[in-house]
Amino acid sequence: MILFQIYLLAVALLVACSSTLLGVFLVLRGVALMSDAISHALLPGIIIMFLLVRTFDSFSLLIGAAGAGLLTVISVEFLINVKNIKKDTAIGLIFPLFFAVGVILIHVFAHTIHIDTDMVLLGEIAFAPFNRLYIGAKDVGPYALWLLSFIMLVNSFFVWFCYKELKLTTFDPLGAKLLGFNPAFINYSIMFLTSITMVGAFDIVGSIVVVALTITPAATAYLLTDHLDHMISMSLLIAASSVITGYAWAFIVDISIAGAIATMSGLFFIIVLCVVPRKGLFARASTYLNIRRKSAFQLVFEHIKLHGSVDIVLLPSLFGWSPAFVNRLVVSSEGRNLFVRKGSTLFLHKQ
Amino acid sequence: MNSKKQIASSLALSVKKLTVAYHDTPVLWSIDVDVPAGSLLAIIGPNGAGKTTFMKSILGLLPTLAGSVSFLGLSAAHAAKSGAIAYVPQRMSVDWDFPISVEEVVMMGRYGSLGWFARPKQHDKEIVIDALRQVNLEALAQKPIGSLSGGQQQRVFFARALAQQAEVYLLDEPFANIDAATEQILVYILQQLAASGKTVLVVHHDLHTVRTYFKTALLLKNRKIAYGPVEQVVTSVYLDQAYGNRYYYTPPAISHSGGDPDYISPAGKVSSWGEL
Amino acid sequence: MLDYTMVIVLIGASLLGILSGVIGVFILLRGQSLLGDAVAHAALPGIVLAFLVTESKNILVLLSGGAVSGAAGMLLMTLVTTHTRLKKDAAQGMVLSIFFGLGLILLTVVQKRPITHQSMLNKFLFGNISTILYQDLVCIGVITSIVLLFIIIFWKELVASVFDASYMQSVGFRQQSVSFLISILILITILIGLQAVGVILMSTLLIAPAVAARQWCDSMRSVVIVSGFFGALSSIMGVLLSNCMVGIPTGPMIVVVASGLVFFSIMTASFIAKRIKNFSVPPYTGVTQTNTHTQKNTHTQVRTQAYAQSRICFCYMSKKYIKQKDRA
Repeated sequence: MILFQIYLLAVALLVACSSTLLGVFLVLRGVALMSDAISHALLPGIIIMFLLVRTFDSFSLLIGAAGAGLLTVISVEFLINVKNIKKDTAIGLIFPLFFAVGVILIHVFAHTIHIDTDMVLLGEIAFAPFNRLYIGAKDVGPYALWLLSFIMLVNSFFVWFCYKELKLTTFDPLGAKLLGFNPAFINYSIMFLTSITMVGAFDIVGSIVVVALTITPAATAYLLTDHLDHMISMSLLIAASSVITGYAWAFIVDISIAGAIATMSGLFFIIVLCVVPRKGLFARASTYLNIRRKSAFQLVFEHIKLHGSVDIVLLPSLFGWSPAFVNRLVVSSEGRNLFVRKGSTLFLHKQ
Repeated sequence: MNSKKQIASSLALSVKKLTVAYHDTPVLWSIDVDVPAGSLLAIIGPNGAGKTTFMKSILGLLPTLAGSVSFLGLSAAHAAKSGAIAYVPQRMSVDWDFPISVEEVVMMGRYGSLGWFARPKQHDKEIVIDALRQVNLEALAQKPIGSLSGGQQQRVFFARALAQQAEVYLLDEPFANIDAATEQILVYILQQLAASGKTVLVVHHDLHTVRTYFKTALLLKNRKIAYGPVEQVVTSVYLDQAYGNRYYYTPPAISHSGGDPDYISPAGKVSSWGEL
Repeated sequence: MLDYTMVIVLIGASLLGILSGVIGVFILLRGQSLLGDAVAHAALPGIVLAFLVTESKNILVLLSGGAVSGAAGMLLMTLVTTHTRLKKDAAQGMVLSIFFGLGLILLTVVQKRPITHQSMLNKFLFGNISTILYQDLVCIGVITSIVLLFIIIFWKELVASVFDASYMQSVGFRQQSVSFLISILILITILIGLQAVGVILMSTLLIAPAVAARQWCDSMRSVVIVSGFFGALSSIMGVLLSNCMVGIPTGPMIVVVASGLVFFSIMTASFIAKRIKNFSVPPYTGVTQTNTHTQKNTHTQVRTQAYAQSRICFCYMSKKYIKQKDRA
């Protein structure tokens, strides 16, 4: 049993890391939702592949998924480049169509496809057959582990090998083309690998978690750093933590593993969003208050320097502040001993 | 909504101690400007000097740390509601693939006086046609805006501002990326507006044309460097302070003809936070 | 075939189609095409929570729950895009997956109770337009009319604010109010539209009619009307087709029809419209060129000139398509 849990955890970690590696570039390119789109658009590819080969083994599924993924990307790129449709509009037009076609195919060929439609509907999408095979742990156990390790290797190799191309084409595709690189190839490769990763991951954690793990750790890392290398390593770390904590939570409380991992990754994001120094929400709020106070002091200081003194009563109309703000200002300036106060007039300290 | 009050003071725009910061850096610091009615003012300065920020914050589109702004004696919000201010934003701020025609964009200039719910009337349509005639776009009134050239797009924005029949016109880089002929037409319109007593403020990017197009100038580099007649502001003394040595324009020598020497404010040093 | 249930379904479908088509134009023009997908996924935890708390399957109750979590999702997306460097795609993707994950957690809680949840989840994921009742139809009708009424009343403010928000702010229309109004209308539309096609297919129902209409029309009024019409058309056709072919679910069929419509429009509309509306050949001066080029060029030149001649005739005949070329 323990081995079973460890195996699941290992596989989940592999899923997290392989999808985050690609997720970093998806987020930077502004096509983060392609991951969600591809996860849905893979359905008809799987179904068609099944209709052709009549078995549900991983390899044929991989082929079907890769084909559907590529077709999705090609159609989206066509709409964007040839027909001048914006990125997310193109995505939003293509993937529901593919998914709808897949669902229709399932219903039309229901008598030959032994897919439990309930399993299809449960949001963990169409990989119920995998769940069934999976119960015979001995058979499939190592198999999924090997598959995901392989996918992880491929993704890592791709990111390592094409690192500078990825960097360049993400930030300046036109420039990359002028320099002789091929941004289209990089683009298609990223999407292709995303499709592969999706398929490999479905049976263990389901599509929603793969999407969450693709986008959220990368987005969180993006908030934390300005360097691409750091972004990649941080997002891997965050993805792994989300998996471990989510899994633990799901184990303890007995809830859906997929939901727990997705929620944990979201929680990490919210925490980072608030807490990051300088750029986080808390930091921004305190900086804003700080700047308001500092600038107010400086403005009054300069005013006194020019005019010799200033009457507190006149401050609101002079600077457009509310009387309440002026009162708070005077009190905190006294606390800092910035000005000399005589009655209701402020002077500077003699220097 | 269109209760145009009598112009209470002869000051079209009065800015006192305007201070604006973006996150933790001050972009505008204690700007004091008094713009009389009938001015044709250019707001100039290097990149990042806060020119667009200045325009947006006096309109109330950006939050300020300190400062009071009044248009014709009214606050910015009141002046906007009474239709006294016409704002022409940068052209890139709009999606030109939007499915509307030139005429409909110019009709938006009448919305301020119509208020919520009301429909445009014949009177408004006449004003719109007149505005289009002024910018020479009458023939293209029904054309969708996506098919316009850069110069035509800018003229549409101008027509929209003209349709407002406002007292104060604020334009953000109206002459950027347009052809010379359009630029001449638009400058002429602005000069006519100023001559008829309206106030025109323009964020301008081209030092070479400031002297010929405008009468007064406000030179900004986070602080107000100089403000006054254009011959006295656009001189190497002040341009050096604003641009450092990084500008390619040789202003003529300082002329002492016209303009009150007291009108030019002393230039201030850009301060850091550490003085206190 | 056209029995009572069928009529109800058709009316319901067309109302939903009109609503999605009309609101979809605003969504498209605001650049929030995938908002439908994100908000639809974000509604799940609210719906499940409403079900857990009230134990009723009343549509209004569930949708109110969905509205609350959908609104929370929209707020989070706006917060992330305005205060961080993340773009809207990352914000939408995160809200989508995280909220949906929360919903899945809540669903496992539901699963433990002896109440069937399958039908509810089915409806949510795939829509249930083919099973709506008269009460649901009344509800849809009322909400659709209210939304359309708002759009008619606030037409000029909505269009102008989507076009140029800062200008409208500068003339005294508070953009916060307008933005809030638009967001509410979008939220209501998405929640109602979920009944037609379900979560996953929501974005197409919203933007496909709008994109298709945009290909054919150039003015906001026509785009909105045509988009509403296309939406209704796709829904009706989808319902009829899925009824004819046994066993095909309605939601996906609607999406297939809508997608077919939009791709047809994308491929052909520019081709056709250019020929009629915006095609302009440099004016035929009547001077024949002397040819020193090869035979191929000559043929092309002659053909172009002849074509230009016929075009001028055509333009002359259809007067309203003549445009004075005015390039200052």
